[in-house]
Amino acid sequence: MQQGASTATMETITEKSGHAGVIADWSDDKQTFPVPWGKAMMWIFLLSDTFIFSVFLTSYMTVRMSTTVQWPNTEEVFALTIAGHHIPLILIAIMTFILITSSGTMAMAVNFGYRRNRNVTAALMIVTALLGASFVGMQAFEWTKLIVEEGIRPWGNPLGASQFGSSFFMITGFHGMHVSIGVIYLSVVAFKVWRGDYESRGYEIVEITGLYWHFVDLVWVFIFAFFYLW
Amino acid sequence: MTEHAEGQQHPLGIYFWIWGLLFVLSTFSYLVDYLQLQGYLRWGLILLFMFLKAGFIIAIFMHMAWERLALVYAILLPPTLLLVLIGLMAIEGNYTFLTRGIFFDEPPAPIGHVQNNESQAH
Repeated sequence: MQQGASTATMETITEKSGHAGVIADWSDDKQTFPVPWGKAMMWIFLLSDTFIFSVFLTSYMTVRMSTTVQWPNTEEVFALTIAGHHIPLILIAIMTFILITSSGTMAMAVNFGYRRNRNVTAALMIVTALLGASFVGMQAFEWTKLIVEEGIRPWGNPLGASQFGSSFFMITGFHGMHVSIGVIYLSVVAFKVWRGDYESRGYEIVEITGLYWHFVDLVWVFIFAFFYLW
Repeated sequence: MTEHAEGQQHPLGIYFWIWGLLFVLSTFSYLVDYLQLQGYLRWGLILLFMFLKAGFIIAIFMHMAWERLALVYAILLPPTLLLVLIGLMAIEGNYTFLTRGIFFDEPPAPIGHVQNNESQAH
């Protein structure tokens, strides 16, 4: 019965599009967003998360603008020597490519979910989760290097402005926590997809999980630009 | 708008295209650092590649381009308020920097000038 009601809603909303559609969606006596409720709620959660990460990045901007001490040179802090070559910022570049690749496999998983190809969907989600786990692994390596070798602490460091450590651990730590939760979330949903839990309910859940995962990638785009490259 | 009835279904090709584009754009933003570009050129290119990547991820991977405008506005308009916060905090940051320049022992370091011994001074 509920299915029939929502189909009727779909038909009425498609009559208007553009800005007339915005007015119609908000003012008609019906559900405003013609999407599954889980997807609307995930978008609203991601909106709140946008504000959290924006506040972190804004506070980073404020402390970096206001310090009278030289800001540590990130391309040297995050450089690695691979096979005798000293390459600046290389670890961060690899982490960026890994996260983009995982976003690609996630987009594929959503597509194969709607085609009701369970096994491929679950496999692609597991690949996404593994790429995410390797990202967290590299972050652990990066943190260890910074804490043990460079002596960077949240309250100070030998390279320059002491706000560098607090901004770094706060922002990348919170992002890494999001990636870790995403890996768990992906693994759980992948298992349920493989088991066939969504055969009757539909595969919107894969798209919802995908929204979260793409958001994690999206946040990294901003962290990469502002914290590592600026 | 048939894709809404059965969820978001699009040809696989578009995902491969965007995937490739994101790789290229990430390489470009890495090159900005690798080639040691400085000043407004560096900041402008960083922002350009960042917004392009963010736009493609939101529009294609997160399917925002195919959502109804009511949802697009509900999600994308509130973050514009953050511009006010960023503006206010930029003013605050500048003010703190100038105050520190006046009241700390040493004059503020010019941007780009290395002062290694200053962290011990405070």
